[in-house]
Amino acid sequence: MALITALISGIIFGVGLALGGMLDPSKVVGFLDLFGVWDPSLAFVMGGGVIINVIGHQIIARRSRPICDNQFHLPMTKTITLPLIIGSVLFGIGWGVTGLCPGPAVASTFVNIDTGISFIVAVIAGLVIGKIVLKQLRPA
Amino acid sequence: MTIDMEHFTPLASLAGGILIGLAALILMAMNGRVMGISGILGDAFLNNPISGLWRWAFLGGTLVSPFVYLLWAEELLPRPVAAGSTLLIGGFLVGLGSAIGSGCTSGHGICGLARFSLRSFVAVMVFMISAIITVYLMPHGA
Repeated sequence: MALITALISGIIFGVGLALGGMLDPSKVVGFLDLFGVWDPSLAFVMGGGVIINVIGHQIIARRSRPICDNQFHLPMTKTITLPLIIGSVLFGIGWGVTGLCPGPAVASTFVNIDTGISFIVAVIAGLVIGKIVLKQLRPA
Repeated sequence: MTIDMEHFTPLASLAGGILIGLAALILMAMNGRVMGISGILGDAFLNNPISGLWRWAFLGGTLVSPFVYLLWAEELLPRPVAAGSTLLIGGFLVGLGSAIGSGCTSGHGICGLARFSLRSFVAVMVFMISAIITVYLMPHGA
């Protein structure tokens, strides 16, 4: 059951990315090109996603646990840390250069096989190394 | 600043955003998990694959999603902005940065902001500014 709901969530997520324009790197860069010819569309993607979640969370928060698991798995860290800042700067550079963030990178894997597979491999390599680095930085 | 009216798609993008938000709500309500793709993708490779099978199910859904979209949409034409080594280095930075920064556009940008997380708010501000400066500095068509 938990696998089916995760699969459905993944499909809806990717269809939303495609419909919203997030799978088109030029459109993403057009949104980030604030000082050029600016395409504000992706602000609507983020706005729509956040508003639905703000409303939905009010309903989910009334439950003590999710339907297919014993507990909600929420991030424990609450403080602003140096890795949070440095990581976000690096992520922003990569996103600006390629026009692809991790979600669209996954969804694009088989859309354009020539570049999709090598790109997702590069993202995964960065993720694995980054997670190992982050583990070293954290006090045991 | 000039608004690019030619490519502006407020309705489709709002609808896409609502679907993305809905996907995040389903994952939280059913599986109790934050829909952060950098976390799901990284942990899929680093954590126990059996107890973390839901991650592979989610990623499988996202992998096939463009073809589900094309069942009714006419076309999906990504226009790449980077190629070759630039694309690979950029991809590596996307992965490295979102791992070190504990999240990306989905986890911080959608889920974190909706939970009013201060960390996510800071992360979104930082990566937006970083990406806007990067695009400003990159050679690109006017």
